Amino acid sequence: MAEGGAARRGRMSVRLQQVLFFGALLGSWWLLGALRIWPRYIFPTPDGVAESITRGFGGGSYLPAILGSLKRLAWGYSIALAGGTVTGFLLARINWFKNTFGLLVLGLQTLPSICWLPLAILWFGLSEKAIVFVVVMGAFLSIALATEDGIRNTPRVFVQAARNMGANGIRLYSSVILPSALPTIVTGMKLGWSFAWRSLMAGELLYAVPGLGYLLMMGRELNDMPAVVAVILVIVLIGLLTDKVIFAVAERAVRARWGLQKRAEAKQQ
Amino acid sequence: MTYPSSNRFCPAWRSPLSRSRELDLELRGVSRVFSRPGHRVDALDGFDLSVASGEFVCLVGPSGCGKTTVLHLLAGLEQATAGTVTAGGIPVTGPDPSRILLFQESALFPWLTVAANVEFGLKLRKMPAPERHRRVDALLRMVHLERFAASWVHELSGGMKQRAALARALAMDPAVLLLDEPFGALDAITRDRLHAELQEIWMRDAKTVVFVTHNVREAVVLGDRVLVMSQSPGRILSSYRVDLPRPRHMEDPGIIPLATQVLRDLVPETAANG
Repeated sequence: MAEGGAARRGRMSVRLQQVLFFGALLGSWWLLGALRIWPRYIFPTPDGVAESITRGFGGGSYLPAILGSLKRLAWGYSIALAGGTVTGFLLARINWFKNTFGLLVLGLQTLPSICWLPLAILWFGLSEKAIVFVVVMGAFLSIALATEDGIRNTPRVFVQAARNMGANGIRLYSSVILPSALPTIVTGMKLGWSFAWRSLMAGELLYAVPGLGYLLMMGRELNDMPAVVAVILVIVLIGLLTDKVIFAVAERAVRARWGLQKRAEAKQQ
Repeated sequence: MTYPSSNRFCPAWRSPLSRSRELDLELRGVSRVFSRPGHRVDALDGFDLSVASGEFVCLVGPSGCGKTTVLHLLAGLEQATAGTVTAGGIPVTGPDPSRILLFQESALFPWLTVAANVEFGLKLRKMPAPERHRRVDALLRMVHLERFAASWVHELSGGMKQRAALARALAMDPAVLLLDEPFGALDAITRDRLHAELQEIWMRDAKTVVFVTHNVREAVVLGDRVLVMSQSPGRILSSYRVDLPRPRHMEDPGIIPLATQVLRDLVPETAANG
């Protein structure tokens, strides 16, 4: 009880710190803007940004852009997920594939995925496909490597126990090895998602397709700083929502069920 | 070749959960070499062991003497480098649900509930759902885990995990149970309870059991025969028949003298180890 109370007080003081920090940040931003040291197109004011966001949502320029970006992301990510898990499976299963293609994957992982854009444009032209390709390359490798890692690290006793009970072939994979690897795969999926999201924004900045990156560039071309900052905030918000809400929740749920987060749970109680 | 079951405390009725035929086990001239470049370990060399069907044999020995290897060979999870391993007269070429190995750690699947773990092998056998559920319920009652059917594995204590693993093994109705120090990590009270439960199950269902442990008293409590293994490469140094009435308990007066005798064989081996 006493510990629970202390934990609650701890959380309260963390909340207080956060409120104070962001309050101070917003306050000094507003103050600096009100002092008019710099012109509006260099230093926007909070109310200017807020107005730009309302206009963006109200005037109908944000929603199509968000939907366009998310559509490309969904396509690229789905392809990366399918290809990445299959590749990871093959890397874990076939040793010569790991020794050859595995090296290639490790090497390419160091390449920022936006570097694929020139290649993609030459292959697919200035089209949606080129951006989707960059998104795929962003997420694919980390999902493949995580899948391989998870499969390779399946505890031997799980496989032995399952084979002992008569499981083999596809059943062994579908009902033992994949579930056992799932926590690692989910972590890889989360990482892949954040790479995909970054690649998508980079790709959209570089040429004109309806999307959040394009809105950002339009703000620049119109010297409309509040619009630029407003779109940045929207991008941050979407990133937070998927990364920290959807994926973090899925990851926590899987890890808790697998019993990998016993201590964290105990701490919360 | 049947083993006299005079020290069986129960009449020869068997639970409806067990219909398996009995299997005897034999290792003859078995060697098992683990080798990788620059390194070679002879876990077993010319190892002989025969276990009658329905017999409860305990193997004790210093760590690294090849006890676990014997179990893995019998389970078919490893293959002998030389020699023959047979179950019921038929060479063992791979794992089979008629010979189930229980691991040191429970090896329960953490992504399944306790009941789903017990059900795992039955699903592989394509047993119809109603029969499957009846069987899982009965097994969980047998190991006193009926209240934990829907629990996740990480919610169980160490002793409960091993009981669940035992239920999962018994679900396959194996003729042979191979146990690899299954109670090594448990506290004394839990271990005593599991000793009683295991003896009860064994006396009722006439399974052939090979039980590996480093605890000499545990071996004397559980075994019809206690075999002492030497340092690696493992050989059988001595064999003791235990004719004490069952069910036995760690504190039974007859246990200590026999255990002391077994320990006398074992201590030089353990000392040689370091």
